[in-house]
Amino acid sequence: MKTLPAVDVAIIGGGWVGLLMAKELGQRTSLSVVVLERGGVRTPDEYLIDMDEVDYAVHRRMMQDFAKEPFTIRHSAKDRAYPLRQLGNFLPGDGLGGSGEHWSGLTKRFLPHTFEIYSKYIERYGAKKLPEDHSLQDWGITYRELESFYTRAEELIGVSGEAGNIQGKLNENGNVFEGPRSTQFPTPANKVNYFASLFRDATKAMGYHPYANPSALISTPYTNPDHVTRPACTYCGFCTGYGCMIGAKAQPTNLLLPVIQKHKNVSIRTGAWVRRISHDGESNGRVRGVTYVDASGEEVFQPAQLVFLASFILNNPRLLLLSGIGEPYDPNTGKGTVGRNFTHQVLAHNLVTVFLDKPLNRFMSNGAGGISIDDFDADNLDHTNLDFMGGFILRANNDTGLPISSFGVLPASIKSRWGAEWKKAGIEHYDQTTTVAFIGEHLAYKGNYLDLDPTYKDANGDPVLRMTIDWRDNEREMVKFATAKALDVVHQMGITNFTPYQGLHRYEGTRYQSTQIRGGTIMGTTPETSVVNTYLQHWQFSNLFILGGSTMPHGASIGPTLTMLSQTLRTADAVVGRYLKHPGPLV
Amino acid sequence: MRRREFLSWSASGVGGLLIYSTDLKAFVSLAQHGAQAYRLRFFTDEEARIVGAATARIFPTDEAGPGAKEADVVTYIDRQLAGPYGYDCRRYTEPPFEDGPPEFGYQGKESPREIYRDGLKQLAGLDQMSPNDQDAALKKIENTIFFTMLRKHTIEGMFCDPMHGGNRNLVGWQLIGFPGPHMSYYSDIDTHYGVAFRPKPITLQQMSGLKPNPMEDGKCAKMHRAEGNK
Repeated sequence: MKTLPAVDVAIIGGGWVGLLMAKELGQRTSLSVVVLERGGVRTPDEYLIDMDEVDYAVHRRMMQDFAKEPFTIRHSAKDRAYPLRQLGNFLPGDGLGGSGEHWSGLTKRFLPHTFEIYSKYIERYGAKKLPEDHSLQDWGITYRELESFYTRAEELIGVSGEAGNIQGKLNENGNVFEGPRSTQFPTPANKVNYFASLFRDATKAMGYHPYANPSALISTPYTNPDHVTRPACTYCGFCTGYGCMIGAKAQPTNLLLPVIQKHKNVSIRTGAWVRRISHDGESNGRVRGVTYVDASGEEVFQPAQLVFLASFILNNPRLLLLSGIGEPYDPNTGKGTVGRNFTHQVLAHNLVTVFLDKPLNRFMSNGAGGISIDDFDADNLDHTNLDFMGGFILRANNDTGLPISSFGVLPASIKSRWGAEWKKAGIEHYDQTTTVAFIGEHLAYKGNYLDLDPTYKDANGDPVLRMTIDWRDNEREMVKFATAKALDVVHQMGITNFTPYQGLHRYEGTRYQSTQIRGGTIMGTTPETSVVNTYLQHWQFSNLFILGGSTMPHGASIGPTLTMLSQTLRTADAVVGRYLKHPGPLV
Repeated sequence: MRRREFLSWSASGVGGLLIYSTDLKAFVSLAQHGAQAYRLRFFTDEEARIVGAATARIFPTDEAGPGAKEADVVTYIDRQLAGPYGYDCRRYTEPPFEDGPPEFGYQGKESPREIYRDGLKQLAGLDQMSPNDQDAALKKIENTIFFTMLRKHTIEGMFCDPMHGGNRNLVGWQLIGFPGPHMSYYSDIDTHYGVAFRPKPITLQQMSGLKPNPMEDGKCAKMHRAEGNK
């Protein structure tokens, strides 16, 4: 094994949070920083030729190669696990920028309730109202503490939206349920397509509070505080699952990379697949650096004073487990923290499929855009007489109607799946079909967790990560309730031909849901129930910080990216302002 | 694998006129412009005829418009099976292989190439049958992995960018009013509410002015190993 000269900082993973930390350290310190990215280089230029549904949506060209590293999955600790042999329920990105290159750009703050879910529930409903085997806990920080970092992250991206609550002053055109904001969004809201406009009118007439989704696909040209300028979104329709050909979608490679490249103290090594974080045991309290395999297959040890673990959500807990850092979570005893509180979102796709009698021009679209209502999210509705806890959002997306994935979604009256009748109906309904979509908050449960698989190995011979996850009746009841509410909206829109979701059964590994999985190395206020403190610093190894969605104690309904970026900025401030002066625990 | 000429088509993209011989021995195109040969990369002649017959029943040519035949779905599938997808380059193929619950997806060992090769044996002679008999034969295998794949690939071949070999002359996109990739709908997305807006379909190459590099033309270690084993 080759040992390289020591650096001050090693960052594992060149996605959103890894590159954001690299940018902050590059701008604000003279530390030597190396980013270790196992995938290849990505440049904005290549996105002009990615507008191809076969290679990018069917074959998922931008995503992690499951031939080299899959995950395994089972429904409970009693079952045997099977490999997810091909990408399905979530899509980790591959290469520089990670999943931040192909994301949909939904850039919403979490509602304040999210961060204090446990204590707020106890206060309002008492402990008996929570599902029996839940493992909910407060996050250890509040919305108020994070607000200024949310503002900075929004200014970095240039998020498009309309504020619903500026310092307590409500605006009915924005989301009146959002936490108080210090300022307006940097750019105005995205335009919406026809169906989203129908959804907005209907929900408004019903007394709900529709708002345009906050979006990282900016509505007007914007120059951020780092002097990075991006153009406006053109609604080309090749968005989620694709890189943006003009850079209107905020992506790590168009937002962070140009700034990083100006700072000579930061270098990025691609093709560097980190296998271990090295340490001399917990008593020492420090990690020594990282070991990786480079593109030529050689093992390399990179000593570092400070390590940021910023890989894909699932690879963060996996690297801790492979490195023997922290105690693996045991669902039987409740002891151990690594792998605990693994969550996804509930469903996150169509709840009611609707068949209209007018063309929708679905090819004009963007990923994040559209209209949502938060009237049922977090604890905005009283759960006292409901059979579930957790909130949900109903939405009409600026739905993309790319033909391979959309053709053949038909009313129940059409029974055939191929042949003349199916073809005729497919042509007729192709541009007149869309959905009322749903995203639900996923509570944390004692039995949903992550550990190393005993059987299957990755291309390096290391055990792959095993996911143990299933839905509970809580989620099934949530979907049932949400379907009824969505049908009310569909009726209000005057739509008579529709197919409601058939109900939630077992957790599926095959159908795409979202890439917004979370947990495994969660943050918190004590080392007994969390892996990192609220500065995302490891409790036992004080020179190890863990960034990203793996630190989130449960699955808020909306996507985690903006919150991940905000927390990373908070960590950067704490590291630059306090840790570098006095290395050691920040809490 | 034997490589031989099977199809020929107009190399000029949009505008070629296609006519098929009735006995389905070979697809014949009367190109308005220069013709270009396509050599089968995976299928044998016989297999290609069966796939041609089957996909033409899945997505028939009828009064509702052109179908799999005009879109040249066979070429699309042949190229996919000859490339990384056919060899499972991006699928985890380490043992043990055990049947699992359907929620966790296909757990089998067989690659798409193997599934096709086996599946097509069950459809031997399909190209010689009457349409009714063809439908009956397909009905029998409707619930197999092979048929699920064939149906999925037919849709892909109907509506892919023509650089992949299907959707020839953009017949698929024209059928459903999909315009292909365009740079901008900035002033259109909110100005055609409820009214059909149908820009002229164009290909990725026409839009970008760049030469695309479809995945099926790539290679992976599994393909090199398979070739070495021959």
